[in-house]
Amino acid sequence: MINRLDATFDRLRADGRKALIAYIMAGDPSLQETETLVLELEKAGADVIELGVPFSDPIADGPVIQAAAERALRSGTSLRKILGTVASLRARTQVPLVLMAYYNTIHAMGEATFCRLAAEAGVDGLIVPDMPPEEAGPLEGPASVAGLRLIYLLAPTSTPARRTMVARRSRGFVYYVSLTGITGAKLTDVGDVRRNVEKIRSVTDVPVAVGFGIATPQDASRVAEIADGVIVGTAIVRQIGEHQQDPHMPERVGRLVRSLKSAMAGTAVPSA
Amino acid sequence: MSTIPDQRGRFGDFGGRYVPETLMPAILELEQAYAKARQDRAFQAEFAGYLKRFVGRPTSLYFAERLTMRLGGARIYLKREDLCHTGAHKINNSIGQALLAIRMKKTRVIAETGAGQHGVATATAAAMFGLACEIYMGTEDMQRQALNVFRMRLLGATVTGVEAGSRTLKDAINEAMRDWTTNVRTTNYILGSVLGPHPYPMMIRDFQSVIGREARKQILALEGKLPDCLVACVGGGSNSIGLFHAFLKDKQVKMVGVEAAGLGVESGKHAARFAGGRPGVLHGTMTYLLQDEDGQVNLTHSVSAGLDYAAVGPEHSYYHDTGRIHYTSATDDEAMAAFDVLAREEGIVPALESAHAVAEVVKLAPRLKKRQVIIVNLSGRGDKDVQQVARIKGVTL
Repeated sequence: MINRLDATFDRLRADGRKALIAYIMAGDPSLQETETLVLELEKAGADVIELGVPFSDPIADGPVIQAAAERALRSGTSLRKILGTVASLRARTQVPLVLMAYYNTIHAMGEATFCRLAAEAGVDGLIVPDMPPEEAGPLEGPASVAGLRLIYLLAPTSTPARRTMVARRSRGFVYYVSLTGITGAKLTDVGDVRRNVEKIRSVTDVPVAVGFGIATPQDASRVAEIADGVIVGTAIVRQIGEHQQDPHMPERVGRLVRSLKSAMAGTAVPSA
Repeated sequence: MSTIPDQRGRFGDFGGRYVPETLMPAILELEQAYAKARQDRAFQAEFAGYLKRFVGRPTSLYFAERLTMRLGGARIYLKREDLCHTGAHKINNSIGQALLAIRMKKTRVIAETGAGQHGVATATAAAMFGLACEIYMGTEDMQRQALNVFRMRLLGATVTGVEAGSRTLKDAINEAMRDWTTNVRTTNYILGSVLGPHPYPMMIRDFQSVIGREARKQILALEGKLPDCLVACVGGGSNSIGLFHAFLKDKQVKMVGVEAAGLGVESGKHAARFAGGRPGVLHGTMTYLLQDEDGQVNLTHSVSAGLDYAAVGPEHSYYHDTGRIHYTSATDDEAMAAFDVLAREEGIVPALESAHAVAEVVKLAPRLKKRQVIIVNLSGRGDKDVQQVARIKGVTL
């Protein structure tokens, strides 16, 4: 079976367009709202949707996403229930879905069980922010068997040797972290991002998506010139957090995503 | 020297390094720098020199005669880490890691702290070596340990409160790791216990193992034989592994690690990872962890902030599974009773953490023969806990 994530990047690449990857925290404010939000994000132009799996101790995330994780846990969200939500969404959408889960939530379920259930539910890819490839032994095999793309991260601090190793092992796309910091920090050095993305491209044909610090349409547009995908998380999660009680919250989020998407469309150039 | 961990930082199934990619290069750099320093006589001599002249080592191994008589069993020796500069064993590690930071040309150090002892030790080392220092501490702990917050500030450190999560030690570690992720090029993270990603559990064990090397020599001089049993409290587990490590190959020496049972293991309000946890990953390492069935980390409880943490050092998990070290626990009440006993029988006010180890000795010593010998690690002094103990006893100061 063709992986939805691969198919999406192939299609965009053929059209000379870039992927907008939107992150939301599953279960914030509830899993029912998550279903509504996923459909809204897709309608607004998100090409790939990342669903955060809430964890009590999210060391790679800033305060906005940590607060979202706390809300999601309070609403009773678990990895098992998130897979149920994905399965239910698959009756309504074929948008690629990627889970971003801290390792312990996967380990608690069992690596092989998780990969099987996730693939059955309709998950396409997996990001584990606290699992470098060196620790991925128990997960890489089952993920590959299940057809889940295991996406690794690279950072500005990664050495050339690591860049090569990590990029070559990454499937689906390479997640380039635009800054030395946590999610929600401010993007400052786009030139540095460009140089690093080029270096990653020189060692792999897998698409490169850039995340961390992309908040505004202007940021999205600048990064879209450089990379195959633009990942926006904190800016979206903040909207969700600030408008929990607003019945029109999903439409607000949709408007934000539409503005990001149209800024990217204006700058698309074919990738190398 | 120990053959574990392996190259990947594994103690059997435990340990490793589960960290964001941004930190991996820093951790590999730290590993290389420490591997060099470990083999470098000049580094080891410099470290030993500071331990002697600044920390006040060797600490004495003290025969607790009145406690021994009262319990009526084994002869009890106290390894007096409470006599270290700053009042606990933590300074051994902070000095070692600060020296390494200087070697790595880092100008800033950061640390997490729960009770404040590791924060004070790191602020002290930073002041002595002229390094910038920032300490992360949960706001809940800042309230409980206001005195130590002020001490750290007196020493020139910036103390930053952490409002997230449970506002305790684990949240302080989350925040320190985020700081390190952001400032990795200038900053070294001085972790306080045998936790976290490789090489921390190994490196901190090495820095603390001076405790056991001294105790082994001292007991051989005093008793002419090895001890029958070693007892130490286990939070992250640095004072215990520090005492135990030099004796691991002495098969006849039994070892007991004492976790915090809080209000009782069955109450759910405790920090007894071996009694109530199962393997999982927190803060970069695979180890026994208190967690729910979905892998969310549980909140813990102990009267002692230094033992109030959901995970245990991975090397302890390994020795737990091999059976080399036996783990038990002491409740808040048992620790409080032991605190009183040691103060009144020996004139030593122990840290509440160390009082957990003394509580186990109170149970164990009467069951042993009079010619048998116990060494208990008195990891810290209780000055920092006096206010809290008064509060628990309902005394207004």
